[in-house]
Amino acid sequence: MQSIPIEHGLILAGILFALGLVGVLTRRNIVFVLMSLEVMLNASGLAFVVASARWGHADGQVMFLMILTLAAAEVAVGLGLIIQMYRKFKTVDIDVLSEMKG
Amino acid sequence: MMILFYIAATVAVVSTVGVIVQSNIVHALIYLILSLLAVAVVFFSLGAPFVAVLEAIVYAGAIMVLFLFVIMMLNMGQHTLDQEKTWMAAKDWALPAGLAAILLAQLLYVLREYRVDIVPNEVGVLEVSALLFGPYVLAVELASILLLAGLVSAYHLAKK
Amino acid sequence: MQDLIWLLPTFPMLGFLSLVLTGGSLPRKIVAVIGAGSVGLSFLSAVLISAQFLASGEDYFVKELWVWMAIGEFTPGFNFYLDGLSLVMMLIITGVGFLIHLYSTGFMVDDPAYSRFFAYMNLFVAAMLMLVLGDNLVLLYLGWEGVGLCSYLLIGFWYENPDNGYAARKAFVVTRVGDTAMAIGLFLLFTQLGTLNIQDMLQAAQQQWAMGSPLAIAAALLLLGGAVGKSAQLPLQTWLPDAMAGPTPISALIHAATMVTAGVYLVARTHVLFELAPRVQMLVAFVGLATLLMAGFTAMTQRDIKRILAYSTISQIGYMFLALGAGAWSAAVFHLMTHAFFKALLFLAAGTVILSLHHEHDIFKMGGKRKQLPIAFWSFIIGSAALAALPFTSGFYSKDEILLAALAVEGPGMLLWIGGVIGAFFTGIYSFRLVFVVFFGDSQGHHEAKEEAHWSMAAPLMLLMVLALLGGWIQVPLDAVFSSGAGHEEAHVSLLVHAVMIAAPFLGIGVSYLFFMSKVFDLDKLMANPLANSLHRFWFSGWGMDALYQRIFVNPFLYLARINRSDLIDSFYALLVSITRSAHLMLARTQTGYLGWYALSMAAGLVLIISLGVML
Repeated sequence: MQSIPIEHGLILAGILFALGLVGVLTRRNIVFVLMSLEVMLNASGLAFVVASARWGHADGQVMFLMILTLAAAEVAVGLGLIIQMYRKFKTVDIDVLSEMKG
Repeated sequence: MMILFYIAATVAVVSTVGVIVQSNIVHALIYLILSLLAVAVVFFSLGAPFVAVLEAIVYAGAIMVLFLFVIMMLNMGQHTLDQEKTWMAAKDWALPAGLAAILLAQLLYVLREYRVDIVPNEVGVLEVSALLFGPYVLAVELASILLLAGLVSAYHLAKK
Repeated sequence: MQDLIWLLPTFPMLGFLSLVLTGGSLPRKIVAVIGAGSVGLSFLSAVLISAQFLASGEDYFVKELWVWMAIGEFTPGFNFYLDGLSLVMMLIITGVGFLIHLYSTGFMVDDPAYSRFFAYMNLFVAAMLMLVLGDNLVLLYLGWEGVGLCSYLLIGFWYENPDNGYAARKAFVVTRVGDTAMAIGLFLLFTQLGTLNIQDMLQAAQQQWAMGSPLAIAAALLLLGGAVGKSAQLPLQTWLPDAMAGPTPISALIHAATMVTAGVYLVARTHVLFELAPRVQMLVAFVGLATLLMAGFTAMTQRDIKRILAYSTISQIGYMFLALGAGAWSAAVFHLMTHAFFKALLFLAAGTVILSLHHEHDIFKMGGKRKQLPIAFWSFIIGSAALAALPFTSGFYSKDEILLAALAVEGPGMLLWIGGVIGAFFTGIYSFRLVFVVFFGDSQGHHEAKEEAHWSMAAPLMLLMVLALLGGWIQVPLDAVFSSGAGHEEAHVSLLVHAVMIAAPFLGIGVSYLFFMSKVFDLDKLMANPLANSLHRFWFSGWGMDALYQRIFVNPFLYLARINRSDLIDSFYALLVSITRSAHLMLARTQTGYLGWYALSMAAGLVLIISLGVML
């Protein structure tokens, strides 16, 4: 079994995180934004698992489970909000919801 | 295992790029599932079979099905597809992509001298469970409360 | 009985409170009973207290009530001090005050603000009693400002007319100039002598200050400033003629009989200070002389019946100041008393005339009122005779004393005496000009006149007539108070001096007769002379003092206010505000409401923080 350099795992997490960030920042469809958020959450979970593999501990994996839970709850609430938004405004464009400007 | 890791990593990156550039939302969702499954393989290659399985079941399975339901309920057709295409102008991408690139460059810069090879030893379900029901039992309880809250609020919000 | 001296201000104060707290909801009869009755009770107690005090033969009596405030060494008390001077003052205030209150119950009967009127009047009497009875200068100052406030309120009593409000403000602001000087004087006295108790302070001054020392001069000057403001002497006399905007009983009580003489009381009360500063005392005499002459000239030219009386008041207080300056303290107080009688009489009679003519003030629109208003006519005859100091009236004795005292002054005594005699001559002219024009001559006839039938108005006039005639026989018990004074022993003067003093007012009356009764001299012909005409206009405007002050004080102030309209100091704070405001607007622009924008800024912030972390 060959070894994997740990920084490669972390770099993968970083790339996924950056891609997710690009998605959050560029997309106007709120469903895409939510999906990009999932990518980012997943990337941070990956970093935990990499760290846990580095030390041979299970703690990182436990933390990933927590993130998983968080993601599940967030998606449930977020999707509920999306449905409400679509009912009210008949759109999924987040730029329409700009009433709270200063 | 090493080769598995790199292949899965490549798949994950490519499919994630697919998620953020796709204009068809169902295609994007399938790319996302692909990406999550690839990450699950990465987990497996890092010697964490338990979370790999959970990733596949909970993320790629449950959560993505939730997305699918919502997309179905919103019933976005050709009209939205065209709209998505007009929204993806190059000038809108420049600044966010630049920012993300800087962030990534900073991460790489931080990691430049960090060089530890890991030999993935399998850390299986037994160790994780021992921790979950040992020192982290309180966190588990909190997670359950969080899920309950998410359940209640999702029910409330999605109600007509 | 003496212990009950605190009752004196308490009665009117209670009257004031009950009238104010009921807010004008009481029936007029009850208001009249409370308003006049409280002062009447006060007068009754004053009489009883005076009788006992005089019988006891003591020089003074102090009633300590409570310590007003205690700040270290400074513990002014609510203490009443009774001696000959405050006794005379308190009898004048309550006695004349009661008669005027009684008169007002009839005079103001048609006024909608009947209750408010009596509330102010009662407050005034209470404050005035506080002023004359206080044993320390702080209590005196309380009364001093209290009467100033009441004066303001009552001048502007008919506040619907903006001119009255203007006159009230003018009176308040002009007297404030003097009051400020007086307050500074109080500070000076306290820092130098360590006490504001009048008797202690005077003793300390005698012991610590040499004759003519700069501190004594400064203190006397500052107190004189207050006295000049309150008593409408040069150069702060301009407010009094305008103060006639108030109801006539007010003019009688406040602006003739009592409040305006507070300055005379103050100087008499602190006469020791003035004796320590002979130059200031001489200044007092010359202020009085200048004022009495100036006011005399002006009174001859006025057309408004109340303004004539106002200028005559200024002139008569000028006589009192002349007496004070000459060191004839008791002569000044004596004249204060007789003046209170006959000036109250004149004002109240003028009120009757004005009321019967439906608030007509111009004397040349009256005329021939002798038959219609006999009581007012006789009041005017007696009051004017006393004012002009015809022999055997009350004014004669007091003015006689003053002029003799002025003659006795070393140095400029002759000058003061001649000035006083000229003033008496003018007094004869203007007082009888008023009588001749209003009560003789042709009836103008376009006012249907009604008689002042009601007893409440007639009775005070009768009583005041008696007092104005016979008041000169009253012996004022002032010897103990002014024992340290320069003395006013009978100067042995020639018969000629007496003859001149008696002749001067008769001469004035004669001139007045020739002009206004027999028309031997034609007024129109005199006015045709350009010099006489311009003099007349100059005097009519009160020697142009108002215009002068307008030019010296008001206009520069308005000019400064105008160039500083944008307020230099305020603009600094306005700058702060505008900076904050523009920063706020700038930051508010970042609140676009777009979710993407917020996420972008968060990402940018993240990049920034990590760059800092990486680089440092």
